[in-house]
Amino acid sequence: MTEIDPITLAVLAGRMEQIADEMDATLFRSAFNPIIAEAHDASHGLYHAQTGDTLVQGKSGLPIFVGVMAFAVKAVIEKAAADGDLADGDIYIFNDAHIGGTHLSDMRLVRPYFRDGRLFCYLASVGHWHDVGGAVPGNYNPAATDAFQEAFVLPPVRIARGGIMQQDIVDILMRNTRLPQSAQGDLNGQLNALDLGVRRLDALLDEYGAETVAAALTALGTRAETLMRAELEALPDGRWEAEDYLDNDGISDAALPIRVALEIRGDRMTLDFTGTAPVTAGPVNIALPTAVATAYVAIKHMFPGLPANAGVMRPIDVVVPEGSLLSAAFPAPVGGYTETILRMIDVIFSAAAQAAPDRVVANAYGTINALSLSGKRANGQPWVMFSFFGGGHGGSPETDGLNHGNAPISTATIPPLEILEAAYPVMFRKWALRPDSAGAGAHRGGLGAVYEIELLEENARAFLFGERGRFAPQGVAGGGAAAMNRFVYEQDDGWHAPPLVSKMVGIALKKGQSVRLETPGGGGYGAPHDRPAQAVARDVAKGYLSADAATATYGDAWREAGQ
Amino acid sequence: MTGKPATGKPETGKMVGVDVGGTFTDVFILDESTGRAEVAKVPTTRPDQSGGFLAGIGRHESDLSRIATVVHGTTAGTNALLERKGARIGVITTAGLGDVLEMRRRDRPRTWGLRGDFEPVVPRDLRLEVPERTLADGTVRTPVDLDAVRAAAARLRDAGCLAVAVLFANAYANPENEARAVAAVREMWPNPHVSCSSEILPEIREFERFSTTALNAYLQPEVAGYLDRLETALRDGGFGGEFMIVQSNGGVMSAQTACAVPVRTALSGPAAGVIAAGYIAQMAGYPDVITGDVGGTSFDVSLVAGGQSMLSPQTSIDFGMTIRQPMIEIATIGAGGGSIAWVDKGGLLNIGPQSAGSDPGPVAYGRGNTRPTVTDANIVLGRIDPDSPIGGTLTRLDTEAAARAIDLHVGAPLGLDTLAAAEAILRVANSRMAGAIRLVSIERGFDPKRFAFMPFGGGGALHAGAILAEVGLARAIVPRYPGVTSAMGCVIADMRQDFVQTVNAAADQVDEAALGVLMQRHMGQGMAMLDAARARFEARDTVFELDMSYAGQTHTVAVPLPVEIAAGVVTPPTRAEIAEAFDRAYHAAYGRLLKNGLRRVINLRSAVIGRRPKFDLASLAPTATGPAEAARRATRRVHFGDSWHDTGIYARLDLPVGAVIAGPAILEQMDTTILIEPHLQGTVDRFGNIIIEGKP
Repeated sequence: MTEIDPITLAVLAGRMEQIADEMDATLFRSAFNPIIAEAHDASHGLYHAQTGDTLVQGKSGLPIFVGVMAFAVKAVIEKAAADGDLADGDIYIFNDAHIGGTHLSDMRLVRPYFRDGRLFCYLASVGHWHDVGGAVPGNYNPAATDAFQEAFVLPPVRIARGGIMQQDIVDILMRNTRLPQSAQGDLNGQLNALDLGVRRLDALLDEYGAETVAAALTALGTRAETLMRAELEALPDGRWEAEDYLDNDGISDAALPIRVALEIRGDRMTLDFTGTAPVTAGPVNIALPTAVATAYVAIKHMFPGLPANAGVMRPIDVVVPEGSLLSAAFPAPVGGYTETILRMIDVIFSAAAQAAPDRVVANAYGTINALSLSGKRANGQPWVMFSFFGGGHGGSPETDGLNHGNAPISTATIPPLEILEAAYPVMFRKWALRPDSAGAGAHRGGLGAVYEIELLEENARAFLFGERGRFAPQGVAGGGAAAMNRFVYEQDDGWHAPPLVSKMVGIALKKGQSVRLETPGGGGYGAPHDRPAQAVARDVAKGYLSADAATATYGDAWREAGQ
Repeated sequence: MTGKPATGKPETGKMVGVDVGGTFTDVFILDESTGRAEVAKVPTTRPDQSGGFLAGIGRHESDLSRIATVVHGTTAGTNALLERKGARIGVITTAGLGDVLEMRRRDRPRTWGLRGDFEPVVPRDLRLEVPERTLADGTVRTPVDLDAVRAAAARLRDAGCLAVAVLFANAYANPENEARAVAAVREMWPNPHVSCSSEILPEIREFERFSTTALNAYLQPEVAGYLDRLETALRDGGFGGEFMIVQSNGGVMSAQTACAVPVRTALSGPAAGVIAAGYIAQMAGYPDVITGDVGGTSFDVSLVAGGQSMLSPQTSIDFGMTIRQPMIEIATIGAGGGSIAWVDKGGLLNIGPQSAGSDPGPVAYGRGNTRPTVTDANIVLGRIDPDSPIGGTLTRLDTEAAARAIDLHVGAPLGLDTLAAAEAILRVANSRMAGAIRLVSIERGFDPKRFAFMPFGGGGALHAGAILAEVGLARAIVPRYPGVTSAMGCVIADMRQDFVQTVNAAADQVDEAALGVLMQRHMGQGMAMLDAARARFEARDTVFELDMSYAGQTHTVAVPLPVEIAAGVVTPPTRAEIAEAFDRAYHAAYGRLLKNGLRRVINLRSAVIGRRPKFDLASLAPTATGPAEAARRATRRVHFGDSWHDTGIYARLDLPVGAVIAGPAILEQMDTTILIEPHLQGTVDRFGNIIIEGKP
């Protein structure tokens, strides 16, 4: 193995990160569907030739993919070994979530990179396609009981062989989506990103030599491991537990516990999810790769300076019992994976707060709230409005939580209401912060939001895939819980709430009727009695907090305090 | 495009460009009758900058009545935004939507860590809702309740607000409710600072429009007061000409317009610098140039291709503070002279993002910082003269302290001696700067190798050679006065007005006549602005673009429209021409078209430009003659790679045209140090620029 000097290493670290960043930028710019173009629900990186471990990953992709992509590459490595004829210019494609993690909407492209006839590493691209078949347009089907109802399932197959596109595969893909144009646009974008990655790697290896770059990749992994061990070493030894619940699985109304025991011994950490609910009929299961990747997301939020490579996870053991909903086997439905992994992050934070309160923030709002409205225009043209909605972030050691943020697993922005109103027959009666939704604390949580959407044409149906309707986001370090998710819809006889509170399929709405989503705030950080009375008075003056709630939570001192 | 002969009033007299920075006020004076230019650099005065402003002009012109035009590149707006020092303002907005400014687009400050909160410039209790609603198609569903508007305005006035922004949903589609509300507010509360979102930015996307309008209101009292102070001081001194301000788009506007739309000044100062850099490079024969400004805490990169600087449609001054106005695209990374070098727990050397800035500044400044910076590395390696530091306020730099800090924080953890550690700091810093250059060019689809690099600002020319090597560029151009580039840009910049109007229609259903009316209106307003200006124009251009996309796509492509203008009358393009223009632009951007894709027209963008006469850069050329060695002042040991080299130190401004200085060499001038590495040479071109290239 070539020794590498620390300066060349620093330079190469930047250069390789830039390759992945450029691949991200290429897809964001040219992708067709807004989930990639605007919400950046995609990711790119370089992966180890033999193990598939993440070597380098782009900074602008979706956080959850940082950990999960390695599993996609491992799946391709296994498939390629079985195929036995991996060649330069091959590109594998698949969406099978049980081997690649996340859900079936995420299309993964994996391309071996050869140098001088030898496999040097893999390049991969993942992006969330707008539609991949299944029972529900957009693939968020809260009532799915197996993967086949969620989407069509593609195992790893070659979409290109030796640089030649396999049109048969493209044809199959395009026949299995409701939005072939969008899918073709996204596929082109992902192929372009991989092409660009190959060109950039060629240039880098020409400049520095394959041996030096390989040595740098190894050294970067070691360095990440060293960093992680140093961080863990600085924390106290011990074992801390936390639990929380999912409302239900969308099929039967039973709460589902998510439990973790976080143990630190020296420079190692174990996250043990024993005690978590077993596999469910409905789609809140996740596959094992997703569970491991989620642990990585939580850890990187706690130690944001850590690099994005596999070395970080070497000192960390993730224990997921077989049969748990965190390691569901094919074909258990996994479409609502976002809700489950948000809860995993919440319990990891709650456990870590007991070990190292300065490292974590309180729970964020904890649900993606995938809400869709669909119908037919007067001229017969179908429409589907589909979006995720925001909520409050948890209070932190430094500040109150952010009002109306995006989910910790995502960096997605929300479309402007004017874009939604221009595209669909809806009007937002309300798009506002939700008073009294923040968890109390020395640093309170951020506020959730209220969205009230009126239907402007006849006959539409509403779908919701949410969570936190029965269990509130928790505070840490003595902070209080936030308000829960609340969804109601209007019918001829008034407002109703769905029986499964946070999940609902196909409620019919008439012109002039509305749906109203009130999202959770974030949990509080630190004991409420440590919050200065002036800060409480200011919250009341701004209408973040009602006078009654202020007094009930913080006492009466705020009435005497100036702002 | 149209060109017509200049009709402005004849101007003789002087053009003055002034750039007020944190430390220095730079002045560039051009005598249009002789083509002669002069520069001055004086300390910035605080809190009233007019002192330095007048002192700088006074260096070369004592009679202000001889000045025809003063153009100012200002950071007053930027600083007010960054320091949150705008006015107390109020918002009147659509019932149910009062929190748009605070909810943003549901983003967060940083991807990792989930830390940080956000306070909008208008607190929640000063954002008042009134009954009113317009739908996306422009239908007024609820007429605005003017009694409620008046009550809200009275509350805001009584709460001490100095400006009011009226922000109504879908006002881009129909401004009626906003216009009525604004009229009602002005009637009961005469106040020059009442504006509405459809006046400032009639474009779809409520957060971006509201944010831009609110930040504009936030800046109005502050910027109007600042410009008024400057103008009064000029007038009191006998100035009878026109006072103009550089916009973020690189064009100038009247001070009056700047007071009404101060949000257009957000990048005024840096934009002027890029304009000048582009002009200098083009004159020197290099129309493709990447500029790099190395400041105390950051490295700012901008790209000029074919003489054209790139515009981006919006920027965020800080988290949640979005301004949607065309701006010269400037990418910033946190690697400047004051950026701190440190080794992380994994043994990797990092530069920044923490910075010692210019105060306390590098360790060698002796003002209390103990962690090594990029500048400290340059000092230890002999690249900056410790006995006559640039910038003027210090007399001597503490090289030993810089060396100790480098040993302690970088050398020891990496097992390197002082010099190797200092070289390592520069190598990593240079690599980060090179990365920024690669990214701005590649993101725009350009191969960086065809560009020249132009460092400006104080520190850029120290890093030029390394950046050439890292990116693979052929040459760098160091302008004759790199420290006053922004002031020069003020004088060069064209007058420019940008317009936008959301159209939002399928391309095959666009109302061609209505589009024509919009285009005509934009052109008319822009030409009226040029007519009102007393500046002289060589030509007037009108440029039209459509923002277009396929239905369902959210990113748009800028589609230039070939438009005929005869005798001041615009002939709008046909639907077929629009479709064709889109296909051309889309193909150029993404390579392949979408079969059967539905084309949509989102926005019309128009720009009216009054081309200013350019001055002859040769008037800045050195007058020195004789051998280059006459400009040699000293020999100093400077460290390159792994050894010390005896290096000639030259007085840059004393070098004659045509002089070739072989590296290693250092060229010094009052505010800039130029490093020519051993394998490079510097040639003085006929304008006095130094062209740094490989030795033959």
